Amino acid sequence: MGIVMTTILRVSDLTKQYDNLTAVNNISFAIKEGEIVSLLGPNGAGKTTTIQMLLTLVSPTRGNIEIFGKNLTGHRDELLSRMNFTAPYSVLPYNLTTREALKTYSLLYGVRNHRERVSFLIDEFDLGWMADKKVGQLSSGEQMRVGIAKAFVNSPGLLLLDEPTASLDPAIARELRAKILKLVRNAGGAILWTSHNMREIEQVSDRIIFLSRGKIIADDSPDNLKNYFGQKDLEEIFISINRETRARPS
Amino acid sequence: MNLLHVFGIFYRNVILIRRSVPKLFALFGFITVELFLWGFITLWVQTIGPSDARLDFVLLILSAFIFWSMFELSQRSFSISFLEEVWSRNVINIFASPIKLGELVMGFALVGVAQTLLAFLYITPIAFLLYALQIWDMGLYIIPFFMNVLISGWGIGVVAIGLVVRFGPSADIMAFFIPFLLLPFSAVYYPVSVFPPLLQDITFILPTRHIFEGMRTAITEGLIPYDSIMWATALNIIFVILGFLFLHWMLRLARTKGYLSRLVQD
Repeated sequence: MGIVMTTILRVSDLTKQYDNLTAVNNISFAIKEGEIVSLLGPNGAGKTTTIQMLLTLVSPTRGNIEIFGKNLTGHRDELLSRMNFTAPYSVLPYNLTTREALKTYSLLYGVRNHRERVSFLIDEFDLGWMADKKVGQLSSGEQMRVGIAKAFVNSPGLLLLDEPTASLDPAIARELRAKILKLVRNAGGAILWTSHNMREIEQVSDRIIFLSRGKIIADDSPDNLKNYFGQKDLEEIFISINRETRARPS
Repeated sequence: MNLLHVFGIFYRNVILIRRSVPKLFALFGFITVELFLWGFITLWVQTIGPSDARLDFVLLILSAFIFWSMFELSQRSFSISFLEEVWSRNVINIFASPIKLGELVMGFALVGVAQTLLAFLYITPIAFLLYALQIWDMGLYIIPFFMNVLISGWGIGVVAIGLVVRFGPSADIMAFFIPFLLLPFSAVYYPVSVFPPLLQDITFILPTRHIFEGMRTAITEGLIPYDSIMWATALNIIFVILGFLFLHWMLRLARTKGYLSRLVQD
């Protein structure tokens, strides 16, 4: 008998309309426990809007979001305490030190043993030398690392990573990817990941969802997608989809 | 209500204030300079008034000044606690965390109470040393007045935050303008009777008017201004509830229209 994986995230018929613009158009997908799913698509495809709807920063026009089997609208606080995120457009307070920022977010996520948790994250993400430096004094790559550490303050069951390695050098990015995967898999969680780094996406993803103009145009494993589109790598798929959608009238 | 969430907001702001010289100056500097200004004006008015004047200008004007400063400080520290998140592009992290709106507001209010109390405990001995102002002569009346200026500050602070959520970071000026707008109509330094009759009726809805009118009654007539305290408290409760509902509405609108992202972009 196979292992039944719990569905961690289920998005059904999700739509976000801004006046005449449909940012996300009737998308549905699910992520199971232990799965790492990537959202790919050109700029303006609806990736960030989708993530922001999952974080309750944007309200959907239609559709339903279920996380850990519960409706997000009715259980916002409970569900957000079991999720976390990082994104380059949302930096941590520049005027706090790394340690203070992590402590603040441990408190905001209701972590009772916040001292131990902050020490663990400082060790795990190798932040010791910058622990007492202000976030604003760190380079953008270092700030990103602190942002990723912050995303683990509450040992999240669902992690939303919007271009998490955008400002990192390849060596640090690789190291952090490995840490992220280890921590999430140990916790039995799942990740929804967006990036423009196709190699990274190919390495980490169990499944890839291609978005274009707010719609899902493909949802499969990296190998199946390559076969389906007849391309040798994800970058080629990305470019061909982008070319096709640009040529098509909206 | 999760107290860890409230403490998280308090902790973040206390750290900022504790080690920032400009923030410490904003807390203690303005009020000290203004105390000198109002103190000297008051001394001068005292000397040019009739020698048999019954009014104690020092107590009257400087008490009003100190309580108005406490109102401004309560409102300003409340609003700035939120603006700090906007200025540091951290606001998305806050709204994507499990903190409830009520907990966020409670955290800001707590920061306001701490700062206002500190400033009050700092300025009253200075006012006593420089101008022999014995504000504590008001006795226990001081407590309801102090509580009411705090709550009035929160009411305005909540509205100011709502405006920033709706109109973006450039609306932060409202956090500083609204108290200034209220000053002439709150009868801080003069009695309500100087207003034209229509303005007397209109300003009745301002809790600050009742606070300062009540304080004057307590100082000049030595009576307990039960009516003023009751009206100020009742109106404050109504204003805070309406302010909170306004913020809730603005936040819902911001989530529908996607304004929250704008708070880290503008």
